[in-house]
Amino acid sequence: MTDTASLVEDSSAEGRTLRASGRLTIVHLGEIDAARAAITPDARPLTIDVSGVERIDTTGAWVIHKLVRDFDAAGSKAVIAGATPDVQRLIDEVSANDKPCTMRPERGSATMRRLETIGAATVHNAENVGTFLAFLGQTLVVLFETVIGRRPLRWNAVVHQCEQIGVNALGIVGLLLFLVGMVVAQQGAVQLREFGAEVFVVNLIGRSTARELGILLTAIMVAGRSSSAFAAQIGSMKLNQEVDAMQIIGMSPIEVLVIPRVLAMALMLLLLGFFGSLMAIIGGGLYCWMALDLPPVAYVQRIREVVPLSDLIIGTVKAPVFGMIIAMMGCFQGMQVTGNAESVGARTTRAVVESIFVVIVLDAFFAVFFSALGFK
Amino acid sequence: MATDDDIVIKVRGLENGFGDQTVHKGLDLDVRRGEIIGVVGGSGTGKSVLMRAIIGLQHPRAGSIEVFGQEVSQLGPEDAKDLRRRWGVLFQDGALFSSLTVAENIEVPMREFLALPQALMDEIAGYKVSMTGLPAEAGPKYPSELSGGMRKRAGLARALALDPQLLFLDEPTAGLDPISAAAFDELIKVLKQTLGLTVFLITHDLDTLHAICDRVAVLADGKVLATGTITELKRFDHPWITEYFSGPRGRAALGEETKKAA
Repeated sequence: MTDTASLVEDSSAEGRTLRASGRLTIVHLGEIDAARAAITPDARPLTIDVSGVERIDTTGAWVIHKLVRDFDAAGSKAVIAGATPDVQRLIDEVSANDKPCTMRPERGSATMRRLETIGAATVHNAENVGTFLAFLGQTLVVLFETVIGRRPLRWNAVVHQCEQIGVNALGIVGLLLFLVGMVVAQQGAVQLREFGAEVFVVNLIGRSTARELGILLTAIMVAGRSSSAFAAQIGSMKLNQEVDAMQIIGMSPIEVLVIPRVLAMALMLLLLGFFGSLMAIIGGGLYCWMALDLPPVAYVQRIREVVPLSDLIIGTVKAPVFGMIIAMMGCFQGMQVTGNAESVGARTTRAVVESIFVVIVLDAFFAVFFSALGFK
Repeated sequence: MATDDDIVIKVRGLENGFGDQTVHKGLDLDVRRGEIIGVVGGSGTGKSVLMRAIIGLQHPRAGSIEVFGQEVSQLGPEDAKDLRRRWGVLFQDGALFSSLTVAENIEVPMREFLALPQALMDEIAGYKVSMTGLPAEAGPKYPSELSGGMRKRAGLARALALDPQLLFLDEPTAGLDPISAAAFDELIKVLKQTLGLTVFLITHDLDTLHAICDRVAVLADGKVLATGTITELKRFDHPWITEYFSGPRGRAALGEETKKAA
């Protein structure tokens, strides 16, 4: 058995004959289609002799069919000769399926496409803001109803989420803030030494962590950890139609899924933020003790002198707000999942990026707000 | 008895399992060239595991599997690639690549194995779309935009992209409405006749069995209990087989057949 395929033409004045032989299969498709393209229709009729074909599949049949079709379109004639019933049936089957068929989306001009992309993104983002506001409203209404006792609060879920968000994050948040405290102390000490004001490193650590860094870094960490988890959990429940099932049974997905997460996140971020600030102060203190010979007792005393209570309160006030917004962002993105698994991935990414973004924007807002109120 | 040349898949003494659980033990099966063999069995008897073992996705604990006379587990990477080119697989829900359109999905195997001009690949994908009964505008759509039945058809079109000689179908009609299911059966029958395919078909659908299968293999107790035509199997004395073919659904599907024959 030869492993080749060929189309050879014998022409004479009264007619043309094309001998197809060998294996007209997809492996040889490239060659036979190139050979076919070289045969241009003219007035003489063409006989395609397929008696030498050893094996043929749909692609080989397709090439033969294209020849016949092109000759017919040119007003000439092509006939197939020497076909066994099987070969004929294959060619007939393929010709019956030669229908106009769109393969890829209409593309239009590049400028239009660019404009379309920009337009679609604008509309999409506007809609996204709209749906988020609707979600925010719904959540706040349900939250209010829960607070005044018209809806039950799912304590089990709240406690479970507290464990997931808070207790399980203690290690990573503690370590991160401890290291940040050390870095702030070390960098601060290097700069302040220039002015002989090394001792003010305690002010730097105390005030920056209690008021800003402690809560901000904790919020970013928790957003990365838990907001993505919320989006993925709720998103896969959405894909699995669990959310629909909940609604049918008469449970509100906001009440069951969102409220426990929002409350647990608000509470846990408050505690984690405080814990994080403490760890940063401990980290900074350790550096001061080791590198600046400042004993722990003196360090703690200095911290108490230089950090006003208002700093701690400002840090603490921000925490539940950040927590609620992070939780809502995660849940919202989860609820927006539709279609396939890819959408879960995309929404999870957005949940993390957007919640971190919103946390930083809100933090900037808080900073300006409290300064304007006179907290220096 | 068929000679070895006519046997496309030959399974001997296959043993499969997960952890402590044994799915197959001493399983033997022959699939002959050009036939549609239906594989049936209760849930959990390892129909899909058998298919996965044959196509090399599941590593068996013991036994031999020959496809086209080649031992599947002994092949080097190049030979395995050549062998894979000769079969097509339709997974249960189509298993289309979700980030590609239907047309791109069908072209994936061609792109991977052959260097063909884009226009030619489009033409081939085009008639495959039409052959599998997809509407002409399905090409640029993404799998998430298709219904279950259309996803199966698109999966079949991808399985047929390289004109395989052997086709594996995992529950092709599950989840389709009766009209689509009957059309799918008809499609497989036509493709088998025109392309000379050998088809390994896993199904729960009695109508499919009656309509298109040449032979049926019954899986139970970790092995192939019996193979044969439906008429042969009905005479076989085993509680599951008797229940399967003579239960209300079996009788309903078979009643049709006898009436048609008469």
